[in-house]
Amino acid sequence: MEPTERLRYNALPVQRSMSAILRLRDKDYEVEAGMTVRDAMLRNGIQPESVIPTRDGELITDDEILHEGERIRLVAVISGG
Amino acid sequence: MKCRKCSQKAVLNMRQHKLALCREHYLEWFPQQAQRFIEKYRMFGPQDRVLVAVSGGKDSLALWDVLSRLGYQAEGLYIGLGIDGGLQYSSTSHRMAAHFADSRGLPLHTVDVQGLEGATIPVAASLTHRGRSKPCSVCGLSKRHIMNKAALDGGFDVLATGHNLDDEAAVLFGNTLNWSVGYLARQGPVLEAGDGLVRKVKPFCRLYERETAAYTLLRGIEYIYDECPYATGATSIYHKELLNQMEAERPGAKLSFYLSFLRAKEAGFFAAAQDREAILLHACSSCGQPTSAPGQCAYCRTWSQVRERVDLALTPSQ
Repeated sequence: MEPTERLRYNALPVQRSMSAILRLRDKDYEVEAGMTVRDAMLRNGIQPESVIPTRDGELITDDEILHEGERIRLVAVISGG
Repeated sequence: MKCRKCSQKAVLNMRQHKLALCREHYLEWFPQQAQRFIEKYRMFGPQDRVLVAVSGGKDSLALWDVLSRLGYQAEGLYIGLGIDGGLQYSSTSHRMAAHFADSRGLPLHTVDVQGLEGATIPVAASLTHRGRSKPCSVCGLSKRHIMNKAALDGGFDVLATGHNLDDEAAVLFGNTLNWSVGYLARQGPVLEAGDGLVRKVKPFCRLYERETAAYTLLRGIEYIYDECPYATGATSIYHKELLNQMEAERPGAKLSFYLSFLRAKEAGFFAAAQDREAILLHACSSCGQPTSAPGQCAYCRTWSQVRERVDLALTPSQ
């Protein structure tokens, strides 16, 4: 393979859309799959202490890795007034 | 992450305790903690009749569930506030509380504010200076009065509320920012009984809000998830968010703040303010409940004003 061809080959769009959704109340946050739930929350300004993450209705710890295409529901825990 | 006790998959990681637990062990751990604090702060015993203030929210229903599981004589009190806010907030919360009680065969006492005083909380607030901008002040005042009266009239030994550590830390934070020494002197896991005042206790005062929420979810307790429509923008929520920012960086910050305060109080830092509070109480000329000034208490003054204005509005003009 010629060097120029190799460069072109490496530049091909090999990455797919790797995302997951965090849902908090009525809002969806599209986040990168492959990172932890905690990191995804922090990147989106969601305080990890103020929510409980759930996957398919089951509670999970926030060190869980986000899978592509999945939807994590964050249960808000802060109440008051 | 694995459960510290059995190596099954953990459902909650409590960074402040360096403790992750699976569902089974969490549901064991949580009531054990509540029992520990009930005993540590000498809140009540198995012979005492406990009235639990239930709002239909996660904390109060979790508390009622825990006390029942621990074998205490716990009955519920629900106060209908007449708040709709487009969410049918009060009717939904009442349904949750009633469903919880019915499904467990537990007695629920209900007091409807409109039935008792002739107006809902939002209407009362709109008719008084105390609540013109927001009904929270009238609401808090009314709930405290009604809870105290219901507990005394019902012959209960103690009134238990579902205040958690986040609630306590947020109130403490607000009172510290303002140096409200009188309020600081009164804050604690137990508020002792006085003339006309029932004993008040907070068995969840050292449990994080995340922990009570996790317990409620894991126990499958249905609760009202929506926030009170008037709570939007509340200072207490703002303070909770600030404290949670600290907690994310320094696990245990909220607990340490609260426990340090309790130690300072125990050491007598607020003794002078506590004495002043006790000396200055008078009996309300209308209802007899204690009040800080001679004459009518704030509850009776507020609701007299509301009734007068409701009557005026109903009187046909000549």
